[in-house]
Amino acid sequence: MSHNEYSGGRFPATRCSVIAAACSEDVAERAHALDALCAAYWKPVYKYIRLKWQATNEDAKDLTQGFFANAFEKDHFARYDAGKASFQTFLRSCLDGFVANERKAGSRLKRGGDVDHYSLDFAAAEDELAAHAVSSTLNPEDYFHREWVRWMFTLAVDTFRQRCLDSDRMVHFQLFERYDLNDDNREVSYASLGQEFGLEPATVNNYLAAARRDFRRIVLEKLREITATDEEFRTEARSLLGVEVK
Amino acid sequence: MKWISDEKLNRLRTIVNEPDFSSTKYTFVKELGRGGMGTVYLAEDRELNRLVAVKVLNTPDITDDLRRRMIREAQIIAGLEHPGIVPVHDVGTLPDNRIFYAMKFVRGLRLDEYAAQGASLRDRLRKFQAVCDTVAFAHAHGVIHRDLKPQNIMIGSFGEVLVLDWGVAKIRSEFHQSISKDPSQSVAHQTMDGTVIGTRDYMSPEQARGEIDQIDERADVYSLGAVLNFLLDDKATNTAKAICLKAMAHERESRYATAAELSADIGRLLDAEPVLAYRENAFEKVSRWVGKNRFLVLLILAYLLMRIFLIFTSRH
Repeated sequence: MSHNEYSGGRFPATRCSVIAAACSEDVAERAHALDALCAAYWKPVYKYIRLKWQATNEDAKDLTQGFFANAFEKDHFARYDAGKASFQTFLRSCLDGFVANERKAGSRLKRGGDVDHYSLDFAAAEDELAAHAVSSTLNPEDYFHREWVRWMFTLAVDTFRQRCLDSDRMVHFQLFERYDLNDDNREVSYASLGQEFGLEPATVNNYLAAARRDFRRIVLEKLREITATDEEFRTEARSLLGVEVK
Repeated sequence: MKWISDEKLNRLRTIVNEPDFSSTKYTFVKELGRGGMGTVYLAEDRELNRLVAVKVLNTPDITDDLRRRMIREAQIIAGLEHPGIVPVHDVGTLPDNRIFYAMKFVRGLRLDEYAAQGASLRDRLRKFQAVCDTVAFAHAHGVIHRDLKPQNIMIGSFGEVLVLDWGVAKIRSEFHQSISKDPSQSVAHQTMDGTVIGTRDYMSPEQARGEIDQIDERADVYSLGAVLNFLLDDKATNTAKAICLKAMAHERESRYATAAELSADIGRLLDAEPVLAYRENAFEKVSRWVGKNRFLVLLILAYLLMRIFLIFTSRH
């Protein structure tokens, strides 16, 4: 879906989600949809396997690759019933079942003849796990959800940066990055940003408002893609946007 | 993209949640609270230089039903001019297609917060009576609130009582024209039978069963009874409890017919007059009379004591 489709400032319209496409008869469409699902979920899946199943780094990599490959081969996502649970819950229960079976079978082989189906940056995920300790009070399900939310926002920031780059609006992204993704504790004001970027504070205000609007749209667009129904989209939007992270 | 910390994540979530007021005359200040349908924000009206409360639809996706409900709520409130109902200043649409309406920003406490601060029973009953009067006014204009609860009632800084959240209100068919000038725009009375509307602890049995056609003023009377029950404490008299029980009667025919009747009974309770809801025995009648005329009783007692003392001293 192109950026221009949202130029009217509206929410993304209802569209066929990748979940529906993942159940398609068309192999190419299904593969494309599974790639998208894998991109949206691989990192929380990997971390969840590491945390809940106490898998080693190498096992977790194989299990993550294997899970998505297996889902594609066996058409697992076709069984998803939006009336029963959210897709995220369904995916997590499929994952638990898959890992349990793999453990039972004692299988340590990679799926598909030792070939990685997806190019995933496991090293980055492992670095994050090493750098950010998981609270012992957090249960694996909440952890999965929290990491999924974090991953969704990470993807949205990346997409936003790319779109700003493509549309020659990098100053919007830079302002957003400096003001809203600011890592240091220094107080950043519109006036100081104005000085830094050679803009009036009012212009900084307008650019930031536009940047936040675009970012919001991207987050919702991503969410729309990976939810199966309007109802699930609304529920997840409420959960994703309306609840404090533990 | 680098790791997004929990703190940054919360910030991004807040940003994504913030309404985009760029096309309006309002500037976002902060979130005030969330309800079933919308979120209320504190905003500054730049033209009039005043703070207002702006209610914005919660969900990013808009079904026509929700959108029409928001507009309807604004129409309902605008149609009810009463000191107990917060006036609406403005209705509009945000760039992301969410409906908003701006209303007076009320500084104060919710009724549950007010009660928790240790207000006396008498003060609580006075506030409750003001709620009944506001609801009676709405009923007289054909509007049934359907979600009365302490969280939807505000006590302002000067003690004024305001009833909020008219989003699920029902307009009686004979009043449609007076609320919405354009009948084609009216979406009142559209709730489907079987739909449960309200808050479980405060809703009447007919509401809980989703019997939309059975819901009339007496459903609000039931909710008012539940609010009264919330406000009563251990010191509540049998009379107060009886009013509560009558308002919350399972059969709606056994309840007060109107909020005005309930208000009148609360008024009688406050004035130590006999109430409709409770048949007193002779002892209770005397106790109430004594309680009401305490000064007179004390005077008579003092006079009698003096007489007895005088008789006693004159004999000796």
